[in-house]
Amino acid sequence: MKIAVCIKRAPDSETRFRIAASGTGIDEAGVKFDISDFDSYAVEYALQVTEKGGGEVVVISVGTDASQETLRKALSMGAASGVLLKTDGPVFDSMAVARALADELQGGGYDLVLFGKVAADTAAGAVGAMTAELLGLPCVNSVSKLDLADGRGTARRDLEGAAETVEFPLPAVVSIDEGIARPRYPSLKGIMAAKKKPLESKPAQLGDVRVKIAKMELPADRPPGRIIGEGAAAVPELVRLLQDEAKVL
Amino acid sequence: MANILAYAEARAGELRKTAFEAVTAARQLADASGGGEVHAIVFGPAGVAAKAAQLGKFGADVVIAVEHERYANNDPESMSATIAERAKSGGHRYVVGVASQTGRDIAPRVAAKLGAAFASDVIDAKVNGDALTVRHPGYWGKVIMTLEVTGSPTVLTYRPGAVTASENAKEARAESMAPAADPSASRVVVKETTQGAKGRPDLAEAPIIISGGRGLKEAANFKLVEDLADAFGNAAVGATRAVTDEGWRPHSDQIGQTGRTVSPQLYVAVGISGAIQHIAGMRTSKAIVAINKDKEAPIFKIADYGIVGDVFEVVPALTAAVKAAKNS
Ligand SMILES: Cc1cc2nc3c(=O)[nH]c(=O)nc-3n(C[C@H](O)[C@H](O)[C@H](O)COP(=O)(O)OP(=O)(O)OC[C@H]3O[C@@H](n4cnc5c(N)ncnc54)[C@H](O)[C@@H]3O)c2cc1C
Repeated sequence: MKIAVCIKRAPDSETRFRIAASGTGIDEAGVKFDISDFDSYAVEYALQVTEKGGGEVVVISVGTDASQETLRKALSMGAASGVLLKTDGPVFDSMAVARALADELQGGGYDLVLFGKVAADTAAGAVGAMTAELLGLPCVNSVSKLDLADGRGTARRDLEGAAETVEFPLPAVVSIDEGIARPRYPSLKGIMAAKKKPLESKPAQLGDVRVKIAKMELPADRPPGRIIGEGAAAVPELVRLLQDEAKVL
Repeated sequence: MANILAYAEARAGELRKTAFEAVTAARQLADASGGGEVHAIVFGPAGVAAKAAQLGKFGADVVIAVEHERYANNDPESMSATIAERAKSGGHRYVVGVASQTGRDIAPRVAAKLGAAFASDVIDAKVNGDALTVRHPGYWGKVIMTLEVTGSPTVLTYRPGAVTASENAKEARAESMAPAADPSASRVVVKETTQGAKGRPDLAEAPIIISGGRGLKEAANFKLVEDLADAFGNAAVGATRAVTDEGWRPHSDQIGQTGRTVSPQLYVAVGISGAIQHIAGMRTSKAIVAINKDKEAPIFKIADYGIVGDVFEVVPALTAAVKAAKNS
């Protein structure tokens, strides 16, 4: 099976954000970057499938040159090759990113195209479904369990307050949720091997970009926390506060 | 003047809370652009048209019902084709939805079919000449981005809960429409749907959430959390990733960066340390209570009401006190 995984470079989840002087981006000084969280689950899942059933994993990213490192990390986990669709800066237009990816994926002979369900930074959760539409492929979002057999997929996904199991033919586009696989750490051998794996770089065919960043800011802080007491003895005071102050009881 | 097509979500023939949010948001946007019409589109099995009529109260001028037996379940493939078709023939300036799981299935496809500009998960939108200025949380809610979106049509989704459904009654005209793509030909087929915990609201809709962490020690002790939720009566139960990884609770209960994002009136954190990835999913809660035996736990930095203590002692006492308060 030939699987493409579309991945994005994003800050590590421990990051404490500051806004850059430009006011339109985060201050990257001291920030660690990695594969965006859900995308890394997709890479891991794809590797497990091909390790068991044969085939290869190709990782593709739309981003600046800095995303080479992100692709290299996926290669060190076990992906066979990588493609960087290069941009001059960050792109906030999901449609433009989907166009660039569809352009690359078209005719690539992929049985399955995987995405994370949402990117950590832009948090739009749209590129997977848009790419599927542009390629004319079936699409299932936010999948927490996926079985592949005989050219078909069976996926489980959570809806708010319910869950559904769906079936679909391959090739297809699937976006990956929590619960499917935890990403492995690259081994030393994997890191060495990744240095020799093919990593192609070419300009992203974004087309007309119609969504632009105007400003980034930090949300208002919560008021500082307050400890109201210790043990069960503090319960009456808590109940009073929930009634009189928070008015939730 | 701009006419707007609003996708009003229904599940198994019943309108969802997000349906009223989408129509409310569309009404506000139409009024802000000089007063256009709001056309709400609803999918469901036979009978959904009657249920959808109430959308007029929330500001829909036209309610379009698309009935088909397959629409008892999700069918993003034919639903998005139908919405795109309607937006094309209607010349709508905006297509509006809410970024629920179903909204995220449908809106991006509509945008791709229309070649439209797209903005997702917005918390507010302002008309700015020919452009739309939207605010949208990113980086796990730790940064708020302001984006400029140009192009007509524009497809946008609101973050669930960002708009409060409010009445603004119109004399809604009822229309019906046939699916623009045959639902029986859709390639993704729903085989099974299972409902979540019985008698509890979903995490997105619950005004109160009681959430448990590793401090509960084992799955069976979630009974303490369940009992407290029952005492409040209208509460949902959440969990940390430590808990869902252990399999004490399903992944769908996980709150945080890689789980659900919630903003209830009250969030009670029981035996939760308050890791940065957990806080990312609940920091916008109105009031936060934390019960933890370690007074240095980071959760206390954001808890409005912290109690330092053993959950096995404090939670049963709180459950009893909440029951007593409810009965008095
Ligand atoms: C990429 C990434 C994504 C992540 N996404 C998420 C996410 O979406 N959601 C999430 O929750 N986590 C997430 N995490 C994990 C997160 O970092 C923490 O590990 C997790 O939130 C910890 O869960 P916890 O608070 O239940 O457990 P712990 O951190 O182990 O805390 C348990 C707490 O219980 C207290 N305690 C123990 N016994 C008692 C007692 N008897 N009475 C009172 N208190 C007691 C302890 O003092 C401690 O503070 C993510 C991590 C990574 C790296």
